[in-house]
Amino acid sequence: MSDAHSVLAHHFDNLEQQREAGTLGMWIFLVTEVLFFGGLFTAYTIYRMLYPVAFADASLHLDTTLGAINTAVLICSSLTMALAVYGSQVGNRMLLILCLLLTIVLGAAFLGIKFTEYAHKFAEHLVPGSAFSYGKPELRQQAELFFSLYFAMTGLHALHMVIGVGILAVLVFQAWRGHFSPVYYAPVELTGLYWHFVDIVWIFLFPLLYLIGLHLGGASHV
Amino acid sequence: MSEKIVSTKVYIVIFIALLILTYVTYQIALIDLGWGNTIVALAIASSKALLVALYFMHVRYSSRLTWVVTAGGFFWLAIMIGFTLSDYLTRGWLTAAGGR
Repeated sequence: MSDAHSVLAHHFDNLEQQREAGTLGMWIFLVTEVLFFGGLFTAYTIYRMLYPVAFADASLHLDTTLGAINTAVLICSSLTMALAVYGSQVGNRMLLILCLLLTIVLGAAFLGIKFTEYAHKFAEHLVPGSAFSYGKPELRQQAELFFSLYFAMTGLHALHMVIGVGILAVLVFQAWRGHFSPVYYAPVELTGLYWHFVDIVWIFLFPLLYLIGLHLGGASHV
Repeated sequence: MSEKIVSTKVYIVIFIALLILTYVTYQIALIDLGWGNTIVALAIASSKALLVALYFMHVRYSSRLTWVVTAGGFFWLAIMIGFTLSDYLTRGWLTAAGGR
């Protein structure tokens, strides 16, 4: 698998061109993802602008500590993913496999913490729908809108994490079988782009969902 | 493209910077700056995103074509949010024709 001949697809002139095309294709996919999430961020922007008080109040019901821990977990997973790409580039198979496994563990930890947060929201009747209840009746509808956006945005993000963990598992298997070499590591590199993109989405979700009411001192927490 | 291999030292420096910025964004969120809170939060988030894109995603070492595609994505996002807001923010400015 390692010699340049066997990994070069016949429609490319050379490995450089093949690699360039792969990266470009992945970035074009990521641009569609930016706009996919962008629709939700646009909806968030409009409703936050229309109902700033309710959004700040509702955000106080989110667990900032768990959100911050998850942010750190995801940043750690981005580091291990970057190191996995490095491992494949220098042909260090053990480093590659170890870092891919660490990334999976961190990704699973993120999802576990997210699951706990969701469970709390169900217990507190903060999931939009007929069971939704809110301590301040005058803000109820607008707070429900906040939680609709919260679940849609973090849910779509979590779905991307689940898919990412699945792809990483396939990569571990392939790396174990010796599929990758310093000549050919495109799947590791492109999965890295995807994983870091998902990290970037969370980097925006964390302050926009968890931190917008903090300066109110948590006084209005019900 | 990223034929260049980024050293592990660069990755670790960026990693530490990202953790520090996360801590800073949390601490600043505790202080009441009015709408300034949102501006600071978005500025820090954008800086973090830029660090991830440039170093972890190797954009800094990628071809000009990749730069254009990447920047194009965020340009379209700006169009979507900007034009939508230009509608919502200006709805109260004009009365319907003949309505004065």
